[in-house]
Amino acid sequence: MSDASIQATPEQPKTTSLLVADPHTQKRKTAEKRFQAYGLAGIFAGIFFLIVLLIAILSSGTGAFTQTFINVPVYLDPAKLDKKGNRDINDLKKVSTFGYNPLVQNALFQIVQDAGVETPFEKTKDMKALISASAAAQIRDVVLNNPDLIGETVDFRILASSRVDGYLKGRVHREDLARDKNIDAEHLDIVDALLPSGVVRKSFNLGFITGADASESRAEQAGLGVSMLGSLFMMFVVLVLALPIGVAASIYLEEFAPKNRITDLIEVNISNLAAVPSIVFGILGLAVFIQFMHLPQSAPLVGGLVLTLMTLPTIIISTRASLKSVPPSIRDAALGVGASKMQAVFHHVLPLAAPGILTGTIIGLAQALGETAPLLLIGMVGFIASNAPDGLASGLLDPNSAMPAQIYEWAKRADPAYYERAWGGIIVLLVFLVSMNTIAVLLRRRFERRW
Amino acid sequence: MPVFWLILIVLGISCAGFVLGRYRAMASADDNSRNLHSLPVYYGTHVFMKAIVPGFGLMILWLLAQPLVIDNRVSQMIPADQIDEGSTIGLVMSEVRRTAIGLENAVAQGAMDAGLANDGNADVDEVTRQLKDSGQVVTANITQPILRAAQAYRDMRGTSNLLMSIAVLLVTLGGVAWAVSQTHRGFRARNVVEQGVLAILIAAASVAILTTLGIIFSLVFSTIEFFKLYSALDFFTLLEWAPSFSGRGGASSLGILPLLWGTLYISFVALLVAVPIGLFSAIYLSEYAGPRLRGIAKPLLEILAGIPTIVYGLFALLTIGPLLMSVFGDDGLGWMGGGRSVMTAGIAMGIMLIPFVSSLSDDIINAVPQAMRDGSYGLGATKSETIKQVVLPAALPGIVGAILLAASRAIGETMIVVLGAGAAARLSLNPFEAMTTVTAKIVSQLTGDSDFASPEALVAFALGITLFVLTLALNVFALYIVRTYREQYE
Repeated sequence: MSDASIQATPEQPKTTSLLVADPHTQKRKTAEKRFQAYGLAGIFAGIFFLIVLLIAILSSGTGAFTQTFINVPVYLDPAKLDKKGNRDINDLKKVSTFGYNPLVQNALFQIVQDAGVETPFEKTKDMKALISASAAAQIRDVVLNNPDLIGETVDFRILASSRVDGYLKGRVHREDLARDKNIDAEHLDIVDALLPSGVVRKSFNLGFITGADASESRAEQAGLGVSMLGSLFMMFVVLVLALPIGVAASIYLEEFAPKNRITDLIEVNISNLAAVPSIVFGILGLAVFIQFMHLPQSAPLVGGLVLTLMTLPTIIISTRASLKSVPPSIRDAALGVGASKMQAVFHHVLPLAAPGILTGTIIGLAQALGETAPLLLIGMVGFIASNAPDGLASGLLDPNSAMPAQIYEWAKRADPAYYERAWGGIIVLLVFLVSMNTIAVLLRRRFERRW
Repeated sequence: MPVFWLILIVLGISCAGFVLGRYRAMASADDNSRNLHSLPVYYGTHVFMKAIVPGFGLMILWLLAQPLVIDNRVSQMIPADQIDEGSTIGLVMSEVRRTAIGLENAVAQGAMDAGLANDGNADVDEVTRQLKDSGQVVTANITQPILRAAQAYRDMRGTSNLLMSIAVLLVTLGGVAWAVSQTHRGFRARNVVEQGVLAILIAAASVAILTTLGIIFSLVFSTIEFFKLYSALDFFTLLEWAPSFSGRGGASSLGILPLLWGTLYISFVALLVAVPIGLFSAIYLSEYAGPRLRGIAKPLLEILAGIPTIVYGLFALLTIGPLLMSVFGDDGLGWMGGGRSVMTAGIAMGIMLIPFVSSLSDDIINAVPQAMRDGSYGLGATKSETIKQVVLPAALPGIVGAILLAASRAIGETMIVVLGAGAAARLSLNPFEAMTTVTAKIVSQLTGDSDFASPEALVAFALGITLFVLTLALNVFALYIVRTYREQYE
């Protein structure tokens, strides 16, 4: 009978079909697509930023690894360098770099004349803008090391000034020269003329990787080497302090600590320290290590101590994770054959957890290597790190910079030539970080054990 | 005796103690280790520990206390009229210290007669001249009292060093003697050594507490100093940040509000960049992506987290800044006066925070039980509807926690704002204007030349404690949320 009642209200059968989606379903489906697209867009935005960042670093930084050099034969005039003619080293030392400047400028002027370059310059002094201020010191060092060279003509490979270098790298444009009092367009004509003969040449710049920082006006001479040593000594301090303390703390917390309020307090402390802004550690270092304990300012030792405190939470957290991953059966077996708890931990659990601890330590060190903010407060910037340390004590206690602090210092300087150095420094820093992280990943792959 | 040698000697004595202890134990057991209570090595270690721990402990304590005691006694020697207008006892003391070190080095070089260096009535000019000749750093105005103080300082340091060497050596030898006298075949050496090791482990674990205490004390003491010189009410309520450069205080107005505004504004911009990108990529990675895309995209995003902040700072200053200038600067819309602005720093910081938001949210979304999703699918919901109406609400507390953690990162970030945000403290709504933050001002106040006792330098500690409390509160709150949420589904 119900059939009749249905037929009694003859509704039009809905035109929906399982094969054709109705508008509502279509709307839901497009919403679904849209949502997925948002997700993909998010991922690609993140990756896009990463790529832009890498391109910016590489395109701006690779220039720092090459530098413009000028090859000049310099006549070491005895009349100027050794007036008494007795080659006495003490007399030679009295001639300052000012005495050497004319020699270099003469030599370059001679080359320009010989090459037949048309130039309005008539004085040799006008060559000054082409040459780095470091050239005279470079020649002086060679002469003082080898006084017999005086009177001869020696081939030198001297640094070109940073403007010339910038011109060859496309950083300095002829249009901008009107505002630049350091160099004139005519100088650049000389550079152009000397390029084909190979007198002026761009080549790999080892000095950037091994050299020391230079004063603000000598961007072409500045290098990262000394601050790299500073970073190295800091990492040494961090490794020597943070690894044993971190491992000992983790062993206590993971294996021995009773469940009580003191243990809780320590755990809360560690997780909070991991989140304290790094600048606060800098304040701590300044107040405790420098003002209270009178450790020397700007010393890698102090930097290392501050970074140790900062890295400890990272190392403790990863060490605890790898201790936790060692199955209890190992401990039980050791205890079962009569080992004490201490022996079980130190003879069995710790060696098994070692790869994980090592990985965590390397990652912690990589973090510490890139950290800058606390180093600013303990004074590892603002001076020219010019002397390479000559031993462990001087490496730890003498003022030095660190790689990231040096990069910051360069970024603050007004000369755009230093920006290139800063990017170049970042490439070096990232190479260190990438290799440390790769080592960590490889270690984990090689030694990771699953129970 | 230099400390280095002392350390070596203490180490040497302790090693000798190790051998002695082991030997004595074996001798008492008729050279058969089975007669001993513990393995022979524990008897050696027992002596070693009892020698080295008191030796080094006393040395560290002495080295910590020595400058305090000596400074205190020497500073009493300096008459009040020696302290110039505008100078402090601290500055005079550092001069004294410098002179003392100069004397020390000059005598060591042989440039100065040891008698002259100790002579209390020595002619000031003569001493100064000799110091300068030997290449020591001295200030021009060494006065008689300062010289006397420096001589006393040097004298006391010498005595103290000698006393310390004697005391440390005595304590070390005493430790050896005590431990050796205890050593015999029935002595429970292993238990004692293990107790000692446990104590060392506990000490290492409490370094974390010491660090926190160190942070709190160093911040609190200097902040109290600061509030003695400068009104706390002004600090928290003034709308102006204008430190005077004279280093005398007085004219400075040091209100934290413009700095806090800059900090929060930049962090807000950063979160505006990081949260949508991070959240959407976390949703896609955990809900849609196949293992291949996940295996590529997740590590790539996490690279962003491993890049040091100085790189982001430089990126902001040299890439984002000029880019924004070309659009919003004078040549474009004219909203921006210079490359450094809230936007510059905010965008760079946002990029830095993307992996932070995405990996935390990823974990949280993954923690939502599959049964909840299945229930929703069973009712006919699409995947996105399930995510929006089931997964996200369930994960919301966790995600809020993640965002709060990211915010606390942003507030504490230093290098990006130092390089990208500018130096002028401003209360403005325009995101293209340069503003400055709490962290940037901590750096600039403490790296300048101003005297550490002036309010201009001390204010950095007050800023530091504000920052510390702010980030700590955010963290504790965020962790609390995340933790309660996690328990919900476990």
